[in-house]
Amino acid sequence: MAVMRTAVIALAVLWAATLLGGLLSGLDRRLTARLQARRGPPLTQPFWDVIKLLAKERVVTNPWQAFSPVATLAAAATALVLFVCQGDLLVILFVHATGGVFLVLGAMASPSPYSQTGGQRELWQMLCCETLLFLFAGALYLTTGSFRVSGVLALPEPLLDRLPLLFLAFLFALTVKMRKSPFDLAGSHHAHQELVRGVYTEYAGPHLGLLEIAHWLEVMLYLAICSLFWATNVAAMILLPLAAFGAVIVLDNVAARLTWRWMLGRGWAAVFAAAALNLFWLKG
Amino acid sequence: MGLVDKLIGTARRRSPWLLHFDCGSCNGCDIETLACLTPVYDVERFGVVNVGNPRHADILLVTGTVNHRNREALAVLFEQMPEPRVVVAIGACGLSGGVFREAPNVVGGVDKVIPVDVYVPGCPARPEAIIDGVVLAVEKFREKSKEMGEGR
Repeated sequence: MAVMRTAVIALAVLWAATLLGGLLSGLDRRLTARLQARRGPPLTQPFWDVIKLLAKERVVTNPWQAFSPVATLAAAATALVLFVCQGDLLVILFVHATGGVFLVLGAMASPSPYSQTGGQRELWQMLCCETLLFLFAGALYLTTGSFRVSGVLALPEPLLDRLPLLFLAFLFALTVKMRKSPFDLAGSHHAHQELVRGVYTEYAGPHLGLLEIAHWLEVMLYLAICSLFWATNVAAMILLPLAAFGAVIVLDNVAARLTWRWMLGRGWAAVFAAAALNLFWLKG
Repeated sequence: MGLVDKLIGTARRRSPWLLHFDCGSCNGCDIETLACLTPVYDVERFGVVNVGNPRHADILLVTGTVNHRNREALAVLFEQMPEPRVVVAIGACGLSGGVFREAPNVVGGVDKVIPVDVYVPGCPARPEAIIDGVVLAVEKFREKSKEMGEGR
């Protein structure tokens, strides 16, 4: 019976997250259009894109390109379900990272220089995101004595009070994860780039559709983690991720792309140092 | 037609992704094509995205004459687009070779190399005419899905 219940919860979570993730992606495109004095597509646009992609012909140059999107989607879905079941944050992060590795593996399986460079940059981006999230997991352990998500929800006051610098680092990670300027290095949402679509270049049709859904779920996971920073009341748990999402989109429209060297050497180094400092004062 | 086919047809109509290829044009038609993508016309309202990758494209917009140098590039781009796909030839040169049709290096219009579905005349073609052509192409894109569905 317990297994049935978990399965029902998992399905409901994935259904809701896909719907919400797609709508957020539509909101992103609409907001971006408005910031550029355009009307922009309807909110449901991402769903039409994905349905169209799923119904296109399958084209692969290497079998990995067919397998990788499925693995990436499965990893993102598993990580999200584990989060909603209030599981161990370390496990969630490891599962989520597996999906990223498969995405890169599929991109690297093609000899296309765009895809290869996109794959390389995706690895740098993963390095940036994962390390910061592991620091967050460390902070979780220092404040609650466990890596479990359920521990945060039991806290009497918001984590943001004690982890302001870590929240800044998290916003950096969110920008990198959402593939937004100035860190849309590996594969931007705007389809006309110096690397074509970078890590996504060689994925076509249904495979690209699956990766798009996986990306929605990954963004939802990040926003869910964002809500942990103010987990004492429901309104804040919704408003804080929404504000972070809006800030990232505004930043996307006012910033130009930076190089991966800047992202790693200055951006990541600075926020990592700040986050580490935050951990030390938490301990002391 | 089943519900799923109807849904796919609607999705195709609402999400046509374009690939623009300058096949030796004088840039006149290219400027007009790119003008369609400016905020004035804002074709993203209709789900149109200008992609830089044949693998992601549904509709191929070709401007300019085909010559012996770039005919292969054109054929490869077309081949790399997953089915269903639609080709739109833009401008007098894309249609027939235009004023360059007698030149020794010119093969002729786009349809000498790949099958063309929509012809947009003009020298250069106006953005409004190009948008009309793309609207027709979107309809053909949806119709092609029926043929593809039967082959499945």
